[in-house]
Amino acid sequence: MSAPPLHLAVELDGVPFADLPAAVAAAEAAGFALVTLADSPLPPASGERIEAGVRAAYLARRTSRIGLAPALPVTTTEPFHLATQLASLDHASGGRAAWVVAAPNGADELATIGRTPLDAAGLRREAEDVIRVARLLWDSWEDDAIIRDVASGRFLDADRVHHVNFEGVTFSVSGPLITTRPPQGQVVVIVPHALGLDAFADVVLVEDPSEAVEEGPLVFAEVRSYPAGPAGLGHLSGAVHGVRLHPRSLEEFAALAAEFGPGRPVAGPTLRDTLGLPRPVNAFQEA
Amino acid sequence: MSVDRSPRLHLGVFFTGVGPNLLWTEPGAADHTHFDTFVDVARTLERGLFDAFFLGEGLRVRENRGRVHDLDVAGRPDAITQLAALAAETTHIGLVATQNTTYNFPADLARRLASLDRVSNGRAGWNVVTTDNAWTGENFRHGGWLPHERRYERAAAFVAAAKALWRGDAVDEHTDVIDVRARGTVAGTRPVIFQAGDSPGGRDLAARHADVVFSANTDYDKAVEYAADLRRRLAGYGRSPDAVRILPGASVVLGDTPAEAEEKARWIRREQTTGPRAIAFLEQYWGKDLSGYDPDGPLPDVEPAEGELDPSRGTIPIELRTGKLERVRQWREQAAANGWTIRDLVIEVTPNHTAFVGTPGRIADEWARYVRDRAVDGFNLLPQQLPGTAEDVVDRLVPELQSRGVYRTEYEGATLREHLDLR
Repeated sequence: MSAPPLHLAVELDGVPFADLPAAVAAAEAAGFALVTLADSPLPPASGERIEAGVRAAYLARRTSRIGLAPALPVTTTEPFHLATQLASLDHASGGRAAWVVAAPNGADELATIGRTPLDAAGLRREAEDVIRVARLLWDSWEDDAIIRDVASGRFLDADRVHHVNFEGVTFSVSGPLITTRPPQGQVVVIVPHALGLDAFADVVLVEDPSEAVEEGPLVFAEVRSYPAGPAGLGHLSGAVHGVRLHPRSLEEFAALAAEFGPGRPVAGPTLRDTLGLPRPVNAFQEA
Repeated sequence: MSVDRSPRLHLGVFFTGVGPNLLWTEPGAADHTHFDTFVDVARTLERGLFDAFFLGEGLRVRENRGRVHDLDVAGRPDAITQLAALAAETTHIGLVATQNTTYNFPADLARRLASLDRVSNGRAGWNVVTTDNAWTGENFRHGGWLPHERRYERAAAFVAAAKALWRGDAVDEHTDVIDVRARGTVAGTRPVIFQAGDSPGGRDLAARHADVVFSANTDYDKAVEYAADLRRRLAGYGRSPDAVRILPGASVVLGDTPAEAEEKARWIRREQTTGPRAIAFLEQYWGKDLSGYDPDGPLPDVEPAEGELDPSRGTIPIELRTGKLERVRQWREQAAANGWTIRDLVIEVTPNHTAFVGTPGRIADEWARYVRDRAVDGFNLLPQQLPGTAEDVVDRLVPELQSRGVYRTEYEGATLREHLDLR
């Protein structure tokens, strides 16, 4: 039996905003499962960088099937706002939101919010805490929390909207989220393997496809050069579940999309559906 | 002071997304948390040539005595994310996000607002609000850190930093109200700044930094007085008297006859104050379970618990935070004197944004006078019914305003700043 076709992801941060909707539409048409958008609180060497969550939200209404994965930082934002933004992206896109967990830790990056860099253990713990609290917050409204019961005058069932009472190392959050549960239940969480948090991921990004990844999440290999077209990815089939391409230009991306795309159906309608990931049971309903 | 612009009314709608203003019990009421509802409202307003569509900011879901408050619409999205998505669904209308300066980081928020401005081609606005609510702060990294009397100090430093980043300047500021070292990543944007606070600190912030103010003053005489006060303060900061637009919050109820409009306004007010809501309102003051009392009966005969107001129902103006027992005593006197039930009392004493109630022609006459006299530059409308309020205003009131020459007949500019005729 042949291995299932690789899921395709593409990083398009470098594309100027004016060209981005067309590039993402091309990725969608070519059967890519998702597009990722890297980010930084610092300005790029030249040009500008629009915040990735805002770019993704705009693209949500310019596309219909492709997953949208902005990189949001765990160190230089409010975890509560981050979880709200991603839940809102999932609503606006009809269940196509994902989150590339970013953990910037340079002095200049942290200074944007008046912090100083963390040590390696502290950084890992901060990322773990933010992922944990985001996941709890996404579950803080049960799917059927809004009841609109005219007879009793209750818009929602307070027993189905939960405090999360999360205590992290550097912050705590009471909850619940201000936003209802995302259509996917949980936004798809994409974690670089180097963060050491595979167990918290839906998708792990590995630089080396032979790296050992904890059982459970999908594994996507980072592919930064393309020696021989589709055949060049053949050795990855069966070794990983997907690849993330890093084209250096729109021209290179167009060539890659033309090579890899044809005949690759995107299942949908949600990104979880496309990736074959189940819609998670709500943590507050399990308890 | 003379102003040489022709009188022109500017309109916005404030979709708070929570609270008792929005009726949800009617058959046909929109799904207030669904993205499509936001698209429908924004497009209707764009059809009506509105200047702006505003979203509220959620920081914590409201509660009543330790439980999530279950009677009002809740479950709204993140404002900037939602508006960025709406930027792709609309072409002209301004997109304004309410965002507080207490539980946000200046460089992070300034960047998201600049980003919204970029993806919407210059249609972004920021409604600057402050809070000191420590209960709200329990969702954030530094909950309850800012003393009430310093919230506008933080806000002024925050807005100044945001403006510097938007201009492309580096910011390097470290005081006890702000700590940021950053550069902008999206240079050369200028989101329109809205300011709502009516306290002296709020008015001062507006005079220094705002492009638009939401005053609470819809009454004609108060509006004139407010406009004069604001223009004095503007001069104090070396700004032109025409540098700021004044858009008080208001609601509109239209009818074919004055009597029909009055009847509808009364109906809306009672729907907004259901029996369970009236009881929940009193529970906030009593600090006790009052569910055994009939909302259509007399006030509770038990005494309120000692202690001050529960902060968990959202923002409570500072002047209402103390003196709870005295207020309850006054309510009892009022209710006894007027024969009010619990529900009657709550309808009388809860804040109600000034409603313009009447026929479209009559309200258009009134608004034309306001704007010609420069008492206001427009209104920011709070919808009660979705669908309903937006369609009513766009289809019935807007044509009356246009025929009086005080409202645009097409969008002349592309950006929110251009719609508002701001430099």
